[in-house]
Amino acid sequence: MQWETVIGLEIHAQLATQSKIFSAASTAFGAEPNTQACPVDLGMPGILPVVNQEVVRMAVMFALATNAEIGQRSVFERKNYFYPDLPKGYQTSQFEFPIVGKGKVEIVLEDGSTKVVGLTRAHLEEDAGKSVHDLYSEFSAIDLNRAGTPLLEIVSEPDMRSAKEAVAYAKKIHSLVRYLGICDGNMQEGSFRCDANVSVRLKGESEFGTRAEVKNVNSFRFLERAINFEVERQIDLLESGGTVVQETRLYDPTKDETRSMRSKEDAEDYRYFPCPDLLPVVIEEADIQSIRDALPELPDQRLNRYQSQWQLSGDDARLLVQDRSVAEYFEAVANQADPKLASNWMVNEVIVRLDKDSIEIERSPVGPSQLAALIARIADKTINGKIGRQILDALWSGEASDVDSYIADKGLKQVTDTGAIEAWVDEVIANSPDQVQQIKEGKDKVMGFLVGQAMKLSKGKANPAQLSELFKAKILG
Amino acid sequence: MALSADDLHRAAKLARLNVAPQSQQAQLDALNAVMEMVSAMQSVDTSDVEPMAHPLFQSQVLREDVAVEPNQRDKYQASAPNTDAGYYLVPKVIE
Repeated sequence: MQWETVIGLEIHAQLATQSKIFSAASTAFGAEPNTQACPVDLGMPGILPVVNQEVVRMAVMFALATNAEIGQRSVFERKNYFYPDLPKGYQTSQFEFPIVGKGKVEIVLEDGSTKVVGLTRAHLEEDAGKSVHDLYSEFSAIDLNRAGTPLLEIVSEPDMRSAKEAVAYAKKIHSLVRYLGICDGNMQEGSFRCDANVSVRLKGESEFGTRAEVKNVNSFRFLERAINFEVERQIDLLESGGTVVQETRLYDPTKDETRSMRSKEDAEDYRYFPCPDLLPVVIEEADIQSIRDALPELPDQRLNRYQSQWQLSGDDARLLVQDRSVAEYFEAVANQADPKLASNWMVNEVIVRLDKDSIEIERSPVGPSQLAALIARIADKTINGKIGRQILDALWSGEASDVDSYIADKGLKQVTDTGAIEAWVDEVIANSPDQVQQIKEGKDKVMGFLVGQAMKLSKGKANPAQLSELFKAKILG
Repeated sequence: MALSADDLHRAAKLARLNVAPQSQQAQLDALNAVMEMVSAMQSVDTSDVEPMAHPLFQSQVLREDVAVEPNQRDKYQASAPNTDAGYYLVPKVIE
């Protein structure tokens, strides 16, 4: 049987404000338990929440960046349920009139094609506190520092058809909120959380299958694995005559599986109603315009600019623009050195090294000016690419700090003395009669061997292109 | 529309309330009296009336994003039944 996967994502982006959505308590991460929970967050009697203007501005920025409708009159409602880390007995959220309506984003798939994913809505809400179950044997410990932290819940249409598409979409939203500066995107600290609604259906079927909601996914890698596991589980279940039940499932990364958390049969009755403590939030056209005027350059615009201004390939440009900090680093390099070379060195060297060492570009041991200086020496042929990589390693480890003085100290300057180069070439030709014969017979590939031998003699300091020319001239005449 | 005993139990469960068997009928009668009163309003045609989110015809005043709330944990925790190491302690709940 041919199955089709259907995925929709709910992303909770923690908005990067100083204070909470309805109170003036701090949102800073990592404070001592309950030191950032004031009477509003604690749900004390007689409190009155007041909406933080920044959350409204940030939600409008998101709407503008995703071509979404803006709810110019949005309404906060109470979502009622009981849990110890929800002191009021309801979560203040939005339901019927969210601040962001229908929108869309474009994602790029692995084969280079693009796909538009619909956004159903995005609404403002407060986060709950944190329950710690393993500190005490008989109690759950409650920390309400997180209670009242502003969230933008971004709900997609069920438009994704594979785990890879879901990851591409999640990364796109991640990139957007980071560009907009409305969320730090830190998945480990829970500032950016993805829940996936996953179902399967037979290919060609128009109705959706019953979905399960997969929670607790705190990296893009886990998102892909959790969805793939869930798809397999549902297909196995259906092919063996079972049925999928609508439920919430928790992903366990250590076992790489999802397991049932709670059945939604009768639990999901949140009895939403408008919050009497809060008036509708009204956004004037003039406010929207001033927010639009202040929008930063977004990843797609930056991508187009890199391609037109610097003639970068789509793949390279896409890799460079995805993260705002990487893009800014790259631009700092490209403004001081050849942009095309800068792009190659970013994509093939810097990003690879950052991934390998698992560090963010903000903590890169090599700064943009150092990289630009290195690239300048390659561009003016002072050094070749191979030596360049060697110097980058030295900069990375901290062995070198200044490119020019390191080249001078270590004598890494490319040899341009034709006499010396000729001597190496002659020596290699004398020692490699077989290979020389093969070149004469037209086996060009052997040239690599000869150039390699000569590079060795030069201790890496010759110019490979120049060597190759000289070999051709001497062997083929 | 009259509420049944099942409706009452469902509402009570959602509100985490216990309804004693001997008071069930009285509760149901009281709730149904409220429902009846509300149902009178159902006869009004509201098809072209915008739903009202709040009885005041005003919009929300927004506050500036500044974190000025001091830490008064000890004061707030004084009224809690059980605290330790800064945490509120509650009966173990794992869903």
